[in-house]
Amino acid sequence: MSDIKKIKDDYIDKLNTETNIEKVNNIKSELFGKNGIISNEFKKLGLISAEERKKLASDLNNIKDELQNKISIKIQEIETKEINLKLEKEKIDVTLPERNIEIGKIHPVSQVIDEISSIFSEIGFSVEEGPDVENEYNNFTALNTPDNHPARDMHDTFYLDNNKELLLRTHTSPVQVRTMLKGKPPFKIIAPGRTYRSDSDQTHAPMFHQVEGLHIDKNINMGHLKGCLNYFIKEFFEVDKIKMRFRPSHFPFTEPSAEVDIGYEIKNGKIVIGEGNKWLEILGCGMVHPNVLKNVNVNPSKYQGYAFGIGIDRLGMLKYGINDLRAFFETDYRWLSHFGFDPLDVPSNYRGLSR
Amino acid sequence: MKFTVDWLKNHLDTKFNNNQIIDKLTNIGLEVESFESSTSELDTFIVAKIINAKTHPNADRLKLCDVDIGSDKTIEVVCGAPNAKNGLLTVYAPPGSIIPKNQMKLSVSKIRGVTSYGMLCSESELLLSKESDGIIELKNNKYANKIGDKYFKNNSEKVIDLSITPNRPDCLGVRGIARDLSAAGAGKLKINKKSNLKYRGNQNIKVKIKKEKAQGCTIFGSCLIKGVTNKESPKWLKDKIKSLGQKPISAIVDITNYVMFDLNRPLHAYDADKIDNEIIVRSSSKGESFEALDNKKYILENDMCVISDRSGVLGLGGIIGGTRSGTEYSTKNILLESAYFLPRSIRKTSKQLNIDTDAKFRFERGVDPLSIEEGLIKASELIKQICGGEISNLDVKKIDNYKKTIINFDPFLFEKTTGFNVEIKELIKILEKLGFNVKKNKKILKLVVPSWRPDITQSIDIVEEIVRIKGYEHINISEPIKTRLKPTLNYYQKLFHFLQRSVASKGYLETVTWSFTDSKINQLFKENDEEIPIVNPISSDLNVLRNSIFPNLLFYLKKNLDRGFKDISLFEIGPAFKGKNPGDQLTVIGAVRAGKVSRLSWNDKERIVDTFDVKKDVIQSLCEAGIDKDDIVIDDKTPSYYHPGKSGGVYQNNNEKNALAYFGEIHPNIIKKLDIKTEGLVIFEIRLDYIKETKQKIKDSKSEYKFSDFQKSERDFAFIINKNFKSQELVNIIKSVDNKLIKSVRVFDVFEGENIPEGKKSIAVNVTIQSEEKTLNENDLDNINKLIISSVESKSGAKIRS
Repeated sequence: MSDIKKIKDDYIDKLNTETNIEKVNNIKSELFGKNGIISNEFKKLGLISAEERKKLASDLNNIKDELQNKISIKIQEIETKEINLKLEKEKIDVTLPERNIEIGKIHPVSQVIDEISSIFSEIGFSVEEGPDVENEYNNFTALNTPDNHPARDMHDTFYLDNNKELLLRTHTSPVQVRTMLKGKPPFKIIAPGRTYRSDSDQTHAPMFHQVEGLHIDKNINMGHLKGCLNYFIKEFFEVDKIKMRFRPSHFPFTEPSAEVDIGYEIKNGKIVIGEGNKWLEILGCGMVHPNVLKNVNVNPSKYQGYAFGIGIDRLGMLKYGINDLRAFFETDYRWLSHFGFDPLDVPSNYRGLSR
Repeated sequence: MKFTVDWLKNHLDTKFNNNQIIDKLTNIGLEVESFESSTSELDTFIVAKIINAKTHPNADRLKLCDVDIGSDKTIEVVCGAPNAKNGLLTVYAPPGSIIPKNQMKLSVSKIRGVTSYGMLCSESELLLSKESDGIIELKNNKYANKIGDKYFKNNSEKVIDLSITPNRPDCLGVRGIARDLSAAGAGKLKINKKSNLKYRGNQNIKVKIKKEKAQGCTIFGSCLIKGVTNKESPKWLKDKIKSLGQKPISAIVDITNYVMFDLNRPLHAYDADKIDNEIIVRSSSKGESFEALDNKKYILENDMCVISDRSGVLGLGGIIGGTRSGTEYSTKNILLESAYFLPRSIRKTSKQLNIDTDAKFRFERGVDPLSIEEGLIKASELIKQICGGEISNLDVKKIDNYKKTIINFDPFLFEKTTGFNVEIKELIKILEKLGFNVKKNKKILKLVVPSWRPDITQSIDIVEEIVRIKGYEHINISEPIKTRLKPTLNYYQKLFHFLQRSVASKGYLETVTWSFTDSKINQLFKENDEEIPIVNPISSDLNVLRNSIFPNLLFYLKKNLDRGFKDISLFEIGPAFKGKNPGDQLTVIGAVRAGKVSRLSWNDKERIVDTFDVKKDVIQSLCEAGIDKDDIVIDDKTPSYYHPGKSGGVYQNNNEKNALAYFGEIHPNIIKKLDIKTEGLVIFEIRLDYIKETKQKIKDSKSEYKFSDFQKSERDFAFIINKNFKSQELVNIIKSVDNKLIKSVRVFDVFEGENIPEGKKSIAVNVTIQSEEKTLNENDLDNINKLIISSVESKSGAKIRS
């Protein structure tokens, strides 16, 4: 008995100092292999008396358990050490750059169009479109602007033929004509799109964007027009209150007509919308002229309503602090990256108009 | 329309101060553009400082001065003054300035071979003293902080500049503006004093308005004023003319202009002695000509309204007079004209001849036809007062009588349109102050429209008048009605938004470029479309509508490459024009990608962008927008601007006529022609109109969810096949062997060269086989394998690689 106890103590000591997994395994087979020391001790049990056997077997089993336990702890210990060592060697510099990220952007004009559409969608407007090339009738005559009228001079028009029959639309208002000609009232639409005028300087581009609005029904009056635009402007600029002023003006296709100014002030070199005592003109609107309704076969004694036209580029400039209109159309990579929007940033009511 | 507050007060009794007047004008629809001192010729002269004076290279006596003219600007001026030296503060006159002494207009000029931008002035040149030996020397302590400021103080009265909308000719005269203000409660319109002018004798120059179909004149009023002394206008009149931003000419001309701006009543004064016998108002014949007061000779077309005498054309009625009968200082007898010309005729003639004058501007919009006498009387009085002379009886010839406009107005229309109510009494008061004659007949108002308001023809115009004068602030805000009549977006509008954002999410920057482009670049991309020239382009390099988005995209790609960017992904979604009629346009996404993938990456191998990069972008975008990938078929026929061997077309199904997208490398010839320098350039385009609308909503089109739990097997095959055989067809052949069992076919290797015969290639595919009914055994799989091999071999001429 003292023999095996000594053997056990020896091996425990050995194991305590051992660091090599192979050597531990060797010890394991030395002890428990086919001819291992412990195995042999068990074999000897058959040769002794039953009484002795009982005691010895019990001791032997204890020693076996103790050694095996020690071995497995040791193996685990060494393995953990080795793994840690290996992982330590595998360490990489995670501050190295990731694989290239390709970041695309949505142009501010597109983003603003989506914002506008989202706002008007909330109050029941649907989106209509019309062609960029228009005939003279839809762009002017149907809109109560006959050829011999000086109001035509308000629009510098690009023509596609010498008879001035075909032109690039000077505003989105011909979409009103198209929409009403192809349908029956009520109408409740907005029509964003490209528009063209043949002047070009720091503040004018030969192409720009407008959104037209049209709401025709049986009892729509100027109060609704005011309410609709008040709602739109507040939502668009994401402010609780907006200082807004309706001012009489003249457009051949609306009567009464108005221009709408919003209050602003300059704070720390930046324009702040909605307060202050300066006025900024942002759109034109009015009640659709009975002559226009007649031209599109809508009975003006039964139906009436309002229309408006807003410059999209200008709204975008105001909201996002862009100074130069021409830059919108110059495709400068730096400008597009700077003012562009993330494609996942889709303006919506529930998620908010902008981030 | 410009005028001073003083002038306004000639017509309006008001207690309003300037700011109140300005606000009121804006509130009633007469938009105030500005309210500031009128510009003076002396405004251009500014305080400047010589920074550096050196000797002129070609003339010892002259100096070359760098002059600080403020706002961080320095210009170079050649100066002959001996006292020009470094640091001197003096007065600078830029090109365009008029020198008071000799009334010469400065221009940019070369003096002894060196360009001089403007000049430095002496006191004598500015009429400040006789000192002409050198340039002005300004005192440092007074002027050092004023570099760039105006040298002369502008003491003129402040001028209101209104932007008058084309419907309001009456407000092109100060009296009309005063009337509007009075209606809006800003004061009382002064009553015109009764004239006690004495007339002597008859107007004995015969006037005849010919009755012709195209006659553009319906009334011609005139009077003769004999024995006048024409001269410089008195100061008050000069100041009025100057406040309009115009130059005083002579008393007679200034008076006619003054009356025009005062009453919106254009007049014309002829030197009566230069008229050959009689005045004939008639339509011109093609080829007639005359020299106008703007010193240009005009050759007329048929049917322009001319004022003529027996010798020929004197002037264009209502537009411009002629030099032959113009008044001068020596003029003794004048014929004063006050006529009515039809707006339509005026507009047509002035457009044809491209003439714009103050008279034309007014007649085109509509002058009060009942103001003929008023104009003659007011001008005659002033002429008599300033130039003396005797005035004849007034002679008014007419071929048409003015017809009153009468509107029966139901006041309910006002509330129906504006949403608020105005007491009938107030409503009548507003209209009467505006000059309407109002008779109340039960609930209806019978209104006679004032003759100076040609814009008012129907009831809605009356509503506008009342609400405008009452004030738009009275309109109450009604909360928006949220009722929706139909969905916000239709299928194609949704597609537009999906594709736009989907392409952007692949790393492309969206741009917006002109719808027009340079015909020379467009030419390369227009294929069989007609070229659509713009008659009046903004510039010669934006002279056609774009047939494709690529001309502009490539133009700007090149600009960005020139800026030093190497890896560029750009796209635009917008119209491409197919013809010049409305609707001949497609909505197209055009995208370009240049440069390399993984440039300067520490862990990835960099490579040049290629066709399969854009193929991925285009297919993935289409799938994200809702197109079923299984429906997509690729073809290799593409427009001629693509590389013929490295480009493809995308179709939604077999047998479709129009590709919904193209992708690939751009034709090398085009890159060369446009001189684009980049390592690689690939493009794609998606034509939204050719994508077929799916009628079913997604809630109706989702098929039943089915999957198989039976074991699936994968098998690899390698075929030797003709080099030109399309992998897409090979995949289709394999799939068609058993559509149910073969779940997917993936090409995982393609190569040519070593061990492969000339003209052949090796394609390796991985086929996934799975049954929905059972686990396939070896025997089943063997059968399928054999079928795959035999089908491919028989249908494609390929050989399985052993």
